[in-house]
Amino acid sequence: MNYEFGLYVFMLSAFLGFELIRKVSPLLHTPLMSLTNAIASISVVGAIMISGEAGASTLSKVLGFVAVVSATTNLVSGYLITDRMLKMFKRPEPTKK
Amino acid sequence: MTVFSVLYLLAAACFILALKWMSHPSTSRRGVLTGELGMLMAVIGTLMRHEVVNYEWIVIGLLVGSAIGVPLAVLMPMTAVPQRTAISLACGAFASALIGTAEFYRVGQRGTFTTGALMVEILLGFLTTTASLLAFGKLQEILPGRPITFKGQNFFNLGVLGVAIVLGITIVASPGSQALFPIYVVLALTFGVLLIIPIGGADMPTVIALLNSYAGLSACAMGFALDNRLLIIAGALDGSSGLILSIIMCRAMNRSFTNVLFGGFGQIQTTAAAGEQKPVRSASAEEAAQILEAAQSVIIIPGYGMAVAQAQHKVRELHDALVKKGVEVRFAIHPVAGRMPGHMNVLLAEADVPYDKLIEMDDINPEMAMTDVTLVIGANDIVNPAAETDPNSPIAGMPILNANKSRTVMVIKRGMSPGFAGIDNELYYMDKTLMLFGDAKTFVASLVKELAGSH
Repeated sequence: MNYEFGLYVFMLSAFLGFELIRKVSPLLHTPLMSLTNAIASISVVGAIMISGEAGASTLSKVLGFVAVVSATTNLVSGYLITDRMLKMFKRPEPTKK
Repeated sequence: MTVFSVLYLLAAACFILALKWMSHPSTSRRGVLTGELGMLMAVIGTLMRHEVVNYEWIVIGLLVGSAIGVPLAVLMPMTAVPQRTAISLACGAFASALIGTAEFYRVGQRGTFTTGALMVEILLGFLTTTASLLAFGKLQEILPGRPITFKGQNFFNLGVLGVAIVLGITIVASPGSQALFPIYVVLALTFGVLLIIPIGGADMPTVIALLNSYAGLSACAMGFALDNRLLIIAGALDGSSGLILSIIMCRAMNRSFTNVLFGGFGQIQTTAAAGEQKPVRSASAEEAAQILEAAQSVIIIPGYGMAVAQAQHKVRELHDALVKKGVEVRFAIHPVAGRMPGHMNVLLAEADVPYDKLIEMDDINPEMAMTDVTLVIGANDIVNPAAETDPNSPIAGMPILNANKSRTVMVIKRGMSPGFAGIDNELYYMDKTLMLFGDAKTFVASLVKELAGSH
């Protein structure tokens, strides 16, 4: 019954996601998308498991390797460009008297 | 509880905090850092798992991925952010699809639920891969941006998806049907292509957000297939984020999901628009600069044309020049301006416009009537009053920025061609509208020069 537990986790995370994202200012929708995209590169975890396990077939190793490269590209570029974008959002200039 | 499961738990908490802190510019960079920390813990935790014994290829893979990822992030110009997002989505979805495939061919017993999750992961993974690549091609203008439609398209597309789903169920139900798997993959890849060819440029924000959601759900399905709760949480967060963004985008265009995906926008009214030749008033940079200088309040409405012309830095100079002369300048941002959610905000932030000057549609619309001049730069459909006045217009009911309510309207435009939706814009023919013909960047630059010259 392990998957039933998984479905509960899914349901709660999806609702939490909705609540969190709704609060994000439209100002930041582009960096938000690249951040969530970078978080989705968590699939690198699956890629490591597939390519690193003992007795992995050649097919698993090849597919796993390509998946590690692909997910890492997404991960690294996603986080870096999100930060690059956010750095540009300047605080409002102090009002001069 | 093992070390890796503690790290996984902490990583999940980090991802949730990352999204929470993303809500405001003052905390958002902390959010990214937390997200990075979470990812680092997830990777280290996985490397520590006793199932993982071969490290060579993993390390090489991580290094190669970083070597591609760093220049992709550092060298990418900000105007190309929608393209980068599309290619990044393709990378993530492809990884997820490949892992699913490898897992599928792995020997061992699997329950029905696990195989089912695997098939969902593979379907979403492969279709998002080709769909994102095609979206990239359209955004980069390697492929034509106009929607490509043919007779019976929706029927055909749904047919392909239907066959894929039937195949998927067959594979889950009868373990002997492994031979069908390659066909399943080909159908998923094909459906991704079919999904994007009828999508026009104006619908890209919705579609990019939707693909983001699919990529997340694919990772989530992988979590079920590999019995990994961290993947389920991270995937669900991404999936719901993409979904809510595409709902916001749809609402901003007063269109339903099905309409965006199966609508084929763009060729509806082109015939009606052609043929009519109505008079317009045009003005030179000198005349326009005089009017702007005399104004008390100016609202600038940027659109995709500003991104194409890379005019954001010149627009900032115009903002500075006007502010120096005591004019109140603000920017009105329509939710679907540009090619992805929040596109205009990023461009103007890049040009150092302080973010408190970037005002959302609902907040700025009531002020339009009290505004002396609205300056429309490279936007079209999002200021088209037909959305409110003409119930037969393809954009009827779409919320617009009410530039037509301000005292004077100026529109910088290359020529009189209709916008992406192919709809004529009556705003251009109003008595108080001045058309400023020319390239956005060049014209704004000459406005700045005129303003600097007159004291």
